[in-house]
Order: sequence, then structure tokens, then C-alpha cells
Amino acid sequence: MKQSIKSTLLACALALTGAGAGAPALAAKVPPAKVVVQDPFVDLRSGPGRGFPATYSVEREATIELLRRRTDWIKVRTDDGREGWVNRSQLERTLTPGGAPVTIPGPKPESRTEHRWEVGLGTGDFGGANVVAVQGAYAITPNLLVRADAQHLLGNFSNGWLATAGIAHVFAPQWRVSPFLGIGGGVLTISPKATLVQAEDRTDSTAYAGLGVRGFLTNRFLLQAEYRSYVVFTSRDENEEIDEWTVAFTYFF
Amino acid sequence: MDRGLHVLLLTALGATAALPGIAHAQAAGESSALPTQQPQVVEPAVKRRDVEPAAIDTENFEAGLFVGTISIEDFGSSVVYGARAAYHFTEDLFAEATVGTAKAGKTSYEDLSGAANLLTDSERQYTYYDLAIGWNALPGEVFFGGKRAMPSAVYFTLGAGSTDFAGDDHFTVTVGSGFRLLVTDWVALHLDVRNHMFDSDLLGKDKLTQNLQVGLSLTAFF
Repeated sequence: MKQSIKSTLLACALALTGAGAGAPALAAKVPPAKVVVQDPFVDLRSGPGRGFPATYSVEREATIELLRRRTDWIKVRTDDGREGWVNRSQLERTLTPGGAPVTIPGPKPESRTEHRWEVGLGTGDFGGANVVAVQGAYAITPNLLVRADAQHLLGNFSNGWLATAGIAHVFAPQWRVSPFLGIGGGVLTISPKATLVQAEDRTDSTAYAGLGVRGFLTNRFLLQAEYRSYVVFTSRDENEEIDEWTVAFTYFF
Repeated sequence: MDRGLHVLLLTALGATAALPGIAHAQAAGESSALPTQQPQVVEPAVKRRDVEPAAIDTENFEAGLFVGTISIEDFGSSVVYGARAAYHFTEDLFAEATVGTAKAGKTSYEDLSGAANLLTDSERQYTYYDLAIGWNALPGEVFFGGKRAMPSAVYFTLGAGSTDFAGDDHFTVTVGSGFRLLVTDWVALHLDVRNHMFDSDLLGKDKLTQNLQVGLSLTAFF
């Protein structure tokens, strides 16, 4: 994968600089894996999706080359040069030429509790300002998440950025819908809109405590809703308290 | 009385917990006394097999550049260009990040009055970013001549982001639709329409501005 990213980035760079002819040669350098079909037959589809028509069927015991993968679809080539896309589920029931079972990594029901990483896009309200949020989390255990997020705050009178890091405890990660608690801290930068008030930018540290609900949409996606209560440690006499509500669409792997 | 009962129970519990330990220790002692070079009655015939994930080039990322026209409300149409990157979660869903920039023109008022400029040159720069979720609603194939079929999809996106225009950042909601054509397995062409919506009070009163963009982009999967 890393190799392919590198080669493709190189290919992109080449294409951009006008030396596009070198690109396909670079992209094809990774030697394709081979598998032997064990199902009665395997359908080759014309495109990477369930709606594409099956154009050819490969028999049991035939050897196919795995060329590239897009989401759950793998492009394969038969011995006689026919190409098509096969679903991951069908390739799970193949063997390597040496007779070992083939695994094609992908989401399974277990991944709800066994996944490590989460990445989410969210939006919400931070004390009256709109929020655009990017969130990341690492699951130390299924119950305990280490989280970090960056938020762009867009208000009527001021804009700002908020970066936080924290931990969250998920009460029942095995449930379809589970509540969670989170605490953390971070840095808040606010710049008042120049047209309205003559004030300087200010950067303060902040801490939050919050609670939320998360629910699995599929074996890959989560929907999270969260409330956080922030305390902003201002340089003025009084600290500021701000409430935040967010909803985030999260992918886990 | 209660206390006595507790002590009794705890002792019983302790004893039962300790017993298997003693038994185990005894068993271990006995087995260590046996000759260590005892031949195995049954040789295990099953070899341990290492299951390795198939080495396939996974191409779920997509990145590229776009160019198009954006109609900035009250400020005419301008050329817009930028970059986009996407990650395809499934054949149906993807996430997309877009950055773009355009130079806004003049309002009709500025044109008619001649001299009065509402914005400075740098304030006229319209720059945005957008994070969106996309849905490949209508996948299909496009036939080019009689021999070539290229996978395609009509998709819809919904996103949120920020637009830096007229000296301020504005929270922007973006809705769009596009057509993606896979020219080869890893090169795609997009033709898409986006509506960037944000609140602006630039011309005196608060209103929701609609900024429509039509663009053509070239992307690569990797």
C-alpha cells in the first residue's frame, strides 16, 4: 500500500510535469498475487460495484491474478487474459497456489469492538458559533478512547480555532448504541471580526467535560452526538464557560 | 453473628480457591518426575499455516485538481480552481475535502458608480474549504465507441466548511452533484455542480448567499 501510494504520487507528479507516458509503467510494478478459485464459479463484473453486469464466470480450480482493489471490489485477470471485478466475499473462499487460505482484510461484525482507529467529520454549535470539526480517536481498549480534534469556529462576531486532546470512556462498546463520557483540554484561539469590534486576537487554554451517544450505522460507520462543557481559562478576572453540541459521522478501521 | 458467618464463608472460599492450586502443584511435581524424553503417541499431522493478507494494491484514495466557474452572489462570475481529495469507504459512500479559490468581480453598483469600491483587492479573493460526504447514487457505465465501456457514477455531496471572502470567514454549507467517469482504472474525470451557501451582511442586510460553481476535474486513484 505504501509502495503504491509512493508510486502513484510519483506518477501524479510525472503526469503533472508532462511526462505522463511513464506513469502506467510505474503503477504496474507491484507483482500481482495469485489465487485458486474454490467456489463453483466466480463472477467477473465489468465494474467495481454490485450493479455492474457479470461478463464472465471463472470455474473452480482456475487460477486468477489479483490486480488492484477498490473498496470491496478486486480487479482480477484470468489465465487467458480476461479482466473483471470480483467482490471480496467471493475471494475469501479461495486458496493460494500453495493451498493456504486467502484473507482479504475488510470490515466484519467483530470490528465494531476490535477496531483501533476512528476518523470523523462533524458539525455543530459552539456557544453560538458554527463548527466544522475533524476528529480522530485511537481505541486503547474497546472502552477507552484517546481522542484529538481540530475545530473551525465560525460565529457572527468572531471566528476561531479550537484544538483539543482528551480521553473518552464508552460504556458498552458492544451495544449498537452506547453512551460515552469524555474529558480533555486544548487551546482556543478567537479573532473578533474586524468590521464589528476593535479587539485583538486572543489564545487561551481550555478544558472540557462532556457526554455523548454513539451508534453503529454499519460495520464501518458510527454516528456520534456529543455535548461538551468548556471552561476557557482567560487572562481576564473571570473564566468563560461555553457549551458545545456536535454531530459527527465517523469511519472506523 | 453476622460477622462470624462472614468469617466462616470467607474461610471456606479461601480453602476452595487454594485447593486446586495445591492439586496443580502436586501434578506438576509428578510430571517433572517422569522421564522428559517420552515419545509422542500421535504426531500432529496439521502444520501450522501462516495466513497472510493478499498483497493487493488498494486504491481507495483519490486526489486531483479542478477548474471551473463560480458565480459569487452580487459579484459576478469568475474562474475558480483548486484541489480535491477523497477517500472511498464503500462503493456507495466517500468523504471528500475540497479547497478552491477565485477572484470576485465587481457588483453592478461598483460598475455603474465608477469609483466606489466596496472591497479591497485582497478582500475580493474568494477562498474556501469544504469537507463533505458523498453518495454514489447512480453508478453505471458509459460506452465509448463499440469496444470501450467506462464505469461512471452520478453522485451527491453534502458538506460543511468555511469561505474566506470580504475580510471574513463564513460558515458554509455545500450541496452538490457530480458525474464521475473512470477513463482508466485509476484516472477519473468529474463534471460537477456545487452550491456554496453562507450568510453575509456585506451589502447592508443579512442574507443567505448562493454561490454556484460548475467545475471539471481530473483525479487519480491511489
